[in-house]
Amino acid sequence: MCLAVPARICELRPDNMAVVDIQGTQREISLMVLDGEAAVGDYVLIHVGYAIERIDEEEALRTLELFADLSLTDEAFGSASPPLTEDDV
Amino acid sequence: MSVLASFRDSSRAAPLLERIRARETGPVALMEFCGGHTVAIFRSGIRSVLPEHIRMLSGPGCPVCVTSNMDLDRAAALAKLPGVILTTYGDMLKVPGSRESLAQVRAQGYPVEIVYSTLDALRLAGQHPDKQIVFFAIGFETTAPAAAAAVLQARARGLKNFSICSVMKLTIPGARALLDMGEVRVQGVIGPGHVSSIIGADAWRFLPDVYRVPVAISGFEPLDILASIDALLAMLEKGNADLANLYSRIVKPGGNTKAWGAVTEVFETCASSWRGFGNIPDSGLALRPQYAEYDAEHRFPIDIPDSVEHPACRCGEVLRGVIEPVDCKVFGTACTPEQPLGPCMVSSEGSCAAYYNFHQSTHTKTRHATEQ
Ligand code: SF4
Ligand code: SF4
Repeated sequence: MCLAVPARICELRPDNMAVVDIQGTQREISLMVLDGEAAVGDYVLIHVGYAIERIDEEEALRTLELFADLSLTDEAFGSASPPLTEDDV
Repeated sequence: MSVLASFRDSSRAAPLLERIRARETGPVALMEFCGGHTVAIFRSGIRSVLPEHIRMLSGPGCPVCVTSNMDLDRAAALAKLPGVILTTYGDMLKVPGSRESLAQVRAQGYPVEIVYSTLDALRLAGQHPDKQIVFFAIGFETTAPAAAAAVLQARARGLKNFSICSVMKLTIPGARALLDMGEVRVQGVIGPGHVSSIIGADAWRFLPDVYRVPVAISGFEPLDILASIDALLAMLEKGNADLANLYSRIVKPGGNTKAWGAVTEVFETCASSWRGFGNIPDSGLALRPQYAEYDAEHRFPIDIPDSVEHPACRCGEVLRGVIEPVDCKVFGTACTPEQPLGPCMVSSEGSCAAYYNFHQSTHTKTRHATEQ
């Protein structure tokens, strides 16, 4: 139900509407709840006819890097609060 | 965008899996709170490749499934009012209420229209000024902005024949209710990606802060889910609970404040009844008094008879993660996607349907895995 699909904005229309390309299909959607300005060529996430968020390509690349270099997972999430050692006391 | 396709690249999954297998956490139960994740986990066969000591539980993550029979009965009654056209998302049609589904109501000749978007419902209102268009709104935080936007547009256009019957729900009070019940032990949570795109990753901080349960906000590709499982295990291994946002290509720490702003402009929280849980305080969205003219409940007061549940259906327990679909006696026999007894078998994101549709292949995969 809350599934949302990535789409590319092809055309901006009046009343905050836009035409997007979802895997080759064109569809008219609303930009009314999207934060900030949208431009043709932007990638957005569409849910029930509304663009709800932009897709951040840089973040996508960073995430892929994180998935590939797994030591980063531990660095990022494994050791946020190291258990107390004797030195801490 | 080829970057996005990389998230489907199965060659990237092997090292993640190896890593998961090597983690020394002991037996753990991880829960996903999102029907999209339930389906993704089944479709990709992740359950069958995980080591046995990692159990994946499905929580109340499908808005279709958690809609109560009382609310379904209300929608059916609205559809039967003279001059009303009831509109709703397609997923709702086949869900059996106490006595009938909306599809059965439609088969009796009452107007029930499936819409893809609230934009379609508004269009219908414009085309039929002599009819009352009522939108039966289900959904979580992801879907609520579309309902709010529809009300705001109806007001801006001066539409007098559009209203909403809201049974929309908030995931965080739902998650809290489940954890507070203490029926199932959840050691890690896969946080709903699209819900979080609206309310923000930080909205889930209460899980580590209050419940000491780690949470990983996850996307919907197999790699996303594996990486989230790994991040949760990494935290459990080290004994610390934190929030990991692994869907940062979509989800910001504070979410989409414009979308959520529209929701809070139009709606306020109210008590809501969830299948399997009963009434949960502040877990629903109701129209604010200043938008009462768009509130179907306000405009069309109706009495509905007491709701009843199918005696065999155990959807409530499935939604609380207490039993697995196969533990239900009628699973796959009296209850199938063609002839569903409960909503968990109707909705494509329901646990029973996901189990039914992918169970066969899961079995085969498990067998292959053990033969090797
Ligand atoms: S984002 Fe929402 S409805 Fe969608 S799949 Fe997740 S919880 Fe379910
Ligand atoms: S198998 Fe059918 S009746 Fe049983 S819990 Fe699932 S949906 Fe309900």
